[in-house]
Amino acid sequence: MAAEQAKVDPMHQFTIQPMFGSDNWEIAGYNIAFTNSALWMAIAAIVLWVFVAGGMKRELVPGRWQMAVESFTGFIDGMLEANIGKAGRKYVPYIFSLFMFILFANVLGLLPLGVVGMHPFTFTSHFTATGVLAIMSFLIVLVVGFWKHKLHFFSLFVPHGTPLVMIPLIFMIELVSFMVRPFSLGLRLFVAMMAGHVLLEVLSSFVIDGLNAMASGIGPVVAILSFVLMVAICALEILVAGIQAYVFALLSSLYINDAENLH
Amino acid sequence: MPQIAQLMETWSSQIFWVLVFFGLVFFIIGRGMVPKVMDTVAQRDNQIAADLAAAQAARDKADEQEESWRKRENENRAQAQTIVAEAKAAAAAESEKKLAAAQKQLGKKLAEADERIAAARSEALGEVEAVAAEAAQDIVQRVAGVKIAAASAKSAVKKAMSHV
Repeated sequence: MAAEQAKVDPMHQFTIQPMFGSDNWEIAGYNIAFTNSALWMAIAAIVLWVFVAGGMKRELVPGRWQMAVESFTGFIDGMLEANIGKAGRKYVPYIFSLFMFILFANVLGLLPLGVVGMHPFTFTSHFTATGVLAIMSFLIVLVVGFWKHKLHFFSLFVPHGTPLVMIPLIFMIELVSFMVRPFSLGLRLFVAMMAGHVLLEVLSSFVIDGLNAMASGIGPVVAILSFVLMVAICALEILVAGIQAYVFALLSSLYINDAENLH
Repeated sequence: MPQIAQLMETWSSQIFWVLVFFGLVFFIIGRGMVPKVMDTVAQRDNQIAADLAAAQAARDKADEQEESWRKRENENRAQAQTIVAEAKAAAAAESEKKLAAAQKQLGKKLAEADERIAAARSEALGEVEAVAAEAAQDIVQRVAGVKIAAASAKSAVKKAMSHV
């Protein structure tokens, strides 16, 4: 019994392991082992490529697949147009890549591949990965902001109509809230994905333990309840996978709007 | 929590591979394929807009043509009606004229006939008078044995006849 309980470690799914004997790959002294995390990034990229390539028939009357791809590009285009305006058009490739890459990563990580012996890995549950994406969005905001508005960009931190005496204080508060953005952006995605996966793992351990404790009488009840809850939470997780990708893209576009249009 | 426990060994590889694969996604899919997809959508939108505009133009033209056709039609109809009315009036006048002529001729014939009848009648009456006067002379001679003059018999007959 004790051995079986020890087998279910809800955090084990996040373990990164080098694959294909690439443990010691290095660039300039930094380790760049091709891990399971990198493998799932590659899978997400390839699946995304296949998906978009399927919509490249460029037919006047689109088929279902082309329609699906076009609705995604149209969705991102509409979001950028609503948040940034006409100038938002040029960010479609970036926001589209961001949204779809995260969406595919989240959804692929939820696939029940454990049934066939594979180990799905959600790299968006690692802040080292989400942090890179968040910092990238943040850097784009900085570069665009200072490029377009030069030092005038700092007026972003002083809202219109601020009393003169309040300006230093407001400036500091706005600056801090601005600097927190990359952290909140990266951590939100990482926490949401990790929490869902941990919850599913914990509930699945309840199912297994409950079935193992058949003799106790309460065990099967716990197992069935946990299983029902798991099914519901799986549905919720699919929703969260989409929502978190959307939130990431939406916030990125809102931040870029600050850089494009100031206030 | 492997995210933190493995941080030191894995951060460089994580960052490296995210940059690699997101870079591939961005440059191949985002920059390479998405603009083409959006181009297709824009082309389709343009085509639909152009088709709609052409349809609208054709419709306007058809409306215009129908309007002009209607106008022409109305003109033609009015013209036809005036022609018909004219013809009717002409025909009516013609027939009236003919009728009047026929009436006139008929009146003349009637008057002639009346005249002839009156002449025949007066002639006949004259003869009757003569015969009656002779008969009256005879009757008077036989009954009264008096011979009366033809003139007085004639005037007596005329007197009696005027009462008939």
